[in-house]
Amino acid sequence: MKKDRILDVKGLKTQFKIDKTRVAKAVDNIDFYIEKGETLAIVGESGSGKSITALSIMQLIPSPPGKIVDGSIELDGIDLLKLNEKQMTETRGNDVAMIFQEPMTSLNPVFTIGTQVSEPLRKHKKMGKKEAKKQTIELLKLVGFPRAEDIFHEYPHQLSGGMRQRAMIAMALSCAPKLIIADEPTTALDVTIQAQILDLMLDMKKKTGSSILMITHDLGVVAETADRVAVMYAGQIVESASVKELFVNPKHPYTVGLLNSMPKIEQDTERLESIPGMVPPAHNFPQGCRFAPRCKHAMEQCTEALPELIEDGLNHKVRCVLYDGSGKGVSHVK
Amino acid sequence: MYKYITRRVLQFIPMLFLVTVVVYGLAQAAPGDPMSGEILDPDIPAEVLEERREALGLNDPIPVQYWNWLSSVAVGDFGQSMHYTGRSVSELVTSRIMNTLYLSLFALAVTILVAIPIGIYSSKKPYSLLDYSATTFAFLGLATPNFFAALIAIYFFSFQLGWFPSQGTVSSVGLTGFEYFIDKLRHLILPGFTLGLASTAIYMRYLRTEMLEVMGSDFIRTARAKGLGPGSVLYKHTLRNALIPIITLLGFEFGTLLSGAVITEAVFNYPGLGTLFLNSIQNRDYPVIMAINLILAVTILVGNLLADIFYAIVDPRIRYD
Ligand SMILES: Nc1ncnc2c1ncn2[C@@H]1O[C@H](COP(=O)(O)OP(=O)(O)OP(=O)(O)O)[C@@H](O)[C@H]1O
Ligand code: SF4
Ligand SMILES: [Mg+2]
Repeated sequence: MKKDRILDVKGLKTQFKIDKTRVAKAVDNIDFYIEKGETLAIVGESGSGKSITALSIMQLIPSPPGKIVDGSIELDGIDLLKLNEKQMTETRGNDVAMIFQEPMTSLNPVFTIGTQVSEPLRKHKKMGKKEAKKQTIELLKLVGFPRAEDIFHEYPHQLSGGMRQRAMIAMALSCAPKLIIADEPTTALDVTIQAQILDLMLDMKKKTGSSILMITHDLGVVAETADRVAVMYAGQIVESASVKELFVNPKHPYTVGLLNSMPKIEQDTERLESIPGMVPPAHNFPQGCRFAPRCKHAMEQCTEALPELIEDGLNHKVRCVLYDGSGKGVSHVK
Repeated sequence: MYKYITRRVLQFIPMLFLVTVVVYGLAQAAPGDPMSGEILDPDIPAEVLEERREALGLNDPIPVQYWNWLSSVAVGDFGQSMHYTGRSVSELVTSRIMNTLYLSLFALAVTILVAIPIGIYSSKKPYSLLDYSATTFAFLGLATPNFFAALIAIYFFSFQLGWFPSQGTVSSVGLTGFEYFIDKLRHLILPGFTLGLASTAIYMRYLRTEMLEVMGSDFIRTARAKGLGPGSVLYKHTLRNALIPIITLLGFEFGTLLSGAVITEAVFNYPGLGTLFLNSIQNRDYPVIMAINLILAVTILVGNLLADIFYAIVDPRIRYD
């Protein structure tokens, strides 16, 4: 691994046993890395394996039926998959923290916000009750609660979704983790609140310099928050590049489809396209390129073998026969 | 929370009133009165009976009779027993009620102390040997009528093994202090366990299901993502939520324990309210029946009230509404 990588994932495979004969290959051999202080976005449609990727890093895959079957996940040089459960317990919340998609259900209804936000401090930093409380109130102020002392004693049901997500962010930040994973942190919120939470995350990033794995299906969020982006489809990464490069020069037909389905100010909405069809189920991926059944450029060789992930020398990678030299006609993708 | 509890207590009062009406109404609706029936000498002339009725106020309009009854009940006067001549109902009831209370509390303790640990363990290791054994036991328990379980317990533990007495509450008069206490306890064991284990099955299964459901919720994932160890996740975050419905149920349970004790007491010939109740029904001792009915109804009401208060204590979402 390179020294400046805070996270380095290699060959990760996470599968779910569905029944005696079928396995769902939710995450199927993915590689990606995050540099120190960088925000990497993973983008893809529902069911493409984004959350499972995140939960694999945390080792919170529901097991059974889920299992990480192969790969390595190095966090600051330590392979998390080699840690035992006790060591992993010491890592979660301390070195790597996670913010979830559903703020309404992600907090325990019977404990106060203060109790819940201070728990990582008490556990990992061995703080006493008083010290943890002081620190927690500071954190609550930091994430934008003006009445932090009151909020400390309130219960989740007394807070709105946006406020709960702020509390979750405070909790994630509490031990100053090396990496924060945010799994669609704004998806469940109202549009105006979404913007506030994204602003808060950007602000926090500026203040703490933390590295972030931002999971989203919204390219708007990618544009706003990320430095680099990996596009995920059917358990695999099909394209990755810097955000700027990806928006200016998308290569994979799936990425192009996602970009075309994104509303743009200068376009009239009539031209908005959507990608026909759906992500195939993880226990029944098509042979060859997994996007082939939905791809308008699909040709015979696409279904023969899985295309390799190819790099163009400028850290822009794509998994499509149109670019691996064997295909013909590259320019007409857009 | 105080507002909530005050409101519940205020709702309790009209319910209590309604209960007295029902208890009185039921007694009135029963055929005959103390001056009729086979117990009385058929040679007593009708005029004499009529005279007695007049003197006892049995000919007054029903609302008036009800009011007279209610005002004496309010000060703890349930009248005279018709069977045990010369003894007041309150005296009879108080001599028995403590025994029933001991039995009920013992049974409740058995229920809680057995059901909660096994329920937790079953949820921690679902489909393990212990989980399956507990499930089997639960279904056996649910399928076995209480009196039958009681007879089996007497047969094995009293008749065959001779470990515990099968009857009464004391073996000999004149025991004092610690010896008396131990003797009482030994008498409680068989009826207490039969009564308690009957509801254990339900609680155990309920807690197991509830725990497993809570374990799958998002906030448990959050708790694990924070780095909490399995202990905190289980005993703090999961159990606390899983106990909400259980604790509520225990409130109701407390209310029904006394009535549940009737059969058990009868089988063990245990001198509690239950045996008194059954005897009084045989003897048509209406004042005693009414008093016990009222006590049972009131404990059920109190149980419901307790359930609601427990609920408010354990679930902050209720507390603040
Ligand atoms: N508990 C499970 N059992 C079986 N299969 C599962 C389970 N959880 C996830 N999967 C499989 O993994 C695939 C990827 O799921 P994942 O939750 O990672 O998708 P996602 O990209 O996060 O989608 P979304 O945008 O809806 O959150 C799913 O399509 C599903 O087939
Ligand atoms: S490999 Fe073929 S099917 Fe797959 S994205 Fe490229 S062109 Fe489309
Ligand atoms: Mg997801």
